[in-house]
Amino acid sequence: MNESKFISQLKEQFGGETVTFAGDTAIVVSRLQIVAVAEMLRKLGFERLSALTAVDYFPQEEPRFHLVYEFTSVSQQATLEVRVPVPAINPTVATLETVFPNANWRERELFDMFGIVSEGHSDLRRIMMPQDWQGHPLRKDYPLGYEEPQYTFNYEEIQLRKPAGKRMP
Amino acid sequence: MTQLQAVSYDEIKHLVSNRAMEGETMLLNMGPQHPSTHGVLRLLLELDGEIVISCIPDVGFLHTGIEKNMEAKTYQKAEVMTDRLDYLNTVGNNLVYSLAVEKLVGLDVPARAQSLRVILAELQRIASHLVWLGTSALDVAAMSTFLYCFREREMVMDILELVSGQRMMTTYIRPGGVWRDVPVEFEAAVRNFLKVMPGRIDEYEALLTKNPLFIDRTVGIGKISGEDALAWGLTGASLRGSGVAHDYRKFAPYSGYEQYDFAIPTQTGGDVYSRYQVRIQEMREALKIIEQALNKLPMGPVRSNNYKFVPPPRSEIGTSMEALIHHFKLWTEGFSPEKGSVYTAIESPRGELGIYLESDGSPKPYRVHVRTPSFDNLQVLPVLAKGSFVADLVAIIGSVDIVLGDVDR
Repeated sequence: MNESKFISQLKEQFGGETVTFAGDTAIVVSRLQIVAVAEMLRKLGFERLSALTAVDYFPQEEPRFHLVYEFTSVSQQATLEVRVPVPAINPTVATLETVFPNANWRERELFDMFGIVSEGHSDLRRIMMPQDWQGHPLRKDYPLGYEEPQYTFNYEEIQLRKPAGKRMP
Repeated sequence: MTQLQAVSYDEIKHLVSNRAMEGETMLLNMGPQHPSTHGVLRLLLELDGEIVISCIPDVGFLHTGIEKNMEAKTYQKAEVMTDRLDYLNTVGNNLVYSLAVEKLVGLDVPARAQSLRVILAELQRIASHLVWLGTSALDVAAMSTFLYCFREREMVMDILELVSGQRMMTTYIRPGGVWRDVPVEFEAAVRNFLKVMPGRIDEYEALLTKNPLFIDRTVGIGKISGEDALAWGLTGASLRGSGVAHDYRKFAPYSGYEQYDFAIPTQTGGDVYSRYQVRIQEMREALKIIEQALNKLPMGPVRSNNYKFVPPPRSEIGTSMEALIHHFKLWTEGFSPEKGSVYTAIESPRGELGIYLESDGSPKPYRVHVRTPSFDNLQVLPVLAKGSFVADLVAIIGSVDIVLGDVDR
């Protein structure tokens, strides 16, 4: 794949370090730059935002999340990964909806699963989980499947998260 | 007793027009248990008479937390979850997961396994297109096509059962190769399928392609331009129906697709009929690929012999100490790839199916994300449906070919 020339163009414009693993190179940019990066990629011929997801490095606070954007260019025959670190406190990022319309659902999924808020999003509701769900399932501090034991030291914290009693009168 | 509560439209106020709030247009709920939504998909429609003004999809009824579950299993055990994603393309899901793991640990796959992967993935593509053809023709009231399509799909299911013991959830393709070699009956079964199928595709075409009723229901319905389709992230036949020749098998060939001679069928109409034509052509191209792969199917091993990542065969465990140790380590602890992340994509029957896999150096994947084609293909539905009749909406849902297990994950 010929993504190296795009990486160097992005580096020239925005700085940012690159990560190379298994032959693929990703570029890490700050969350303030992501819309400008996306606009530039769109101009360079990247027509599609293929995937958008996040990784939660839980005990780590700064940055707690990495957003992962996968861009594809059909005309240039290239794919490119952009990573954006997001802190634990106030995890927000600007929306890409104006540049790539399909970011709409993908950012809703990010909000639903990780609680990362896309600022300026037109329709930021939960997409998979019920609207009254508490918590964000794909975060690493969210238990898998089983119910977290309720001890005296975390009784209130867990009680707050329980959806029970909300719908049944 | 549970009491029914009045529905509040506050949450979706910004998605419908003011006329709906004043009661001038009608808000109608379609699904989630409606036969023509192809699964548990709920659509909230704003209707002016019979015209769809806006359409708000509501997904998540089939959300099973597959990504979270995969993060709690070792690399080998997580693979069975991928079967459950897109239940019409189980072989393809296994394939993309195996490719991602192989890229993560740098594992080579023997030539025979590569060819077997291609044959099975293409058989699965035909089976998936047959289900699509049958159900979406049923949506526009062509009943008989449905029965014929399922008759031929049964042949593919039989072949899958022959090689893996399972009709649907095969888990036959594993990281490093395939589970075991195919039985001797395999070649004859595939040859028989190759002989029968072209005539059967002609039969479907005879039923539909020039059928005036079918043409009335599909030509000019659900139109989207190639540029819009790209921007909305459409992939697969829905994109190629709009004239963009993009196919991951040519774009970034995997599993040796570069050695086969096949075309990417495209149509320029961008409507339901174009997507139908593209899929019919794709079935014919898939047959070509299977034939070429079967003709030069090499002999040799079907699994990598790198026992750090691939379990050694049963026969070696009895005689070799190392094989026994590797077997024990792999099934108790699993293998630990280096820290890093990969993104791999293949062309599933529905479009770009990608897996993002991140390792933190432990035997379990730190993060798995599946980029499912149906998710983006469904997202474009409000754009396609705007201004169409409710009856045409049914044809449009059929034509973008969604699988709800794939959307919700």
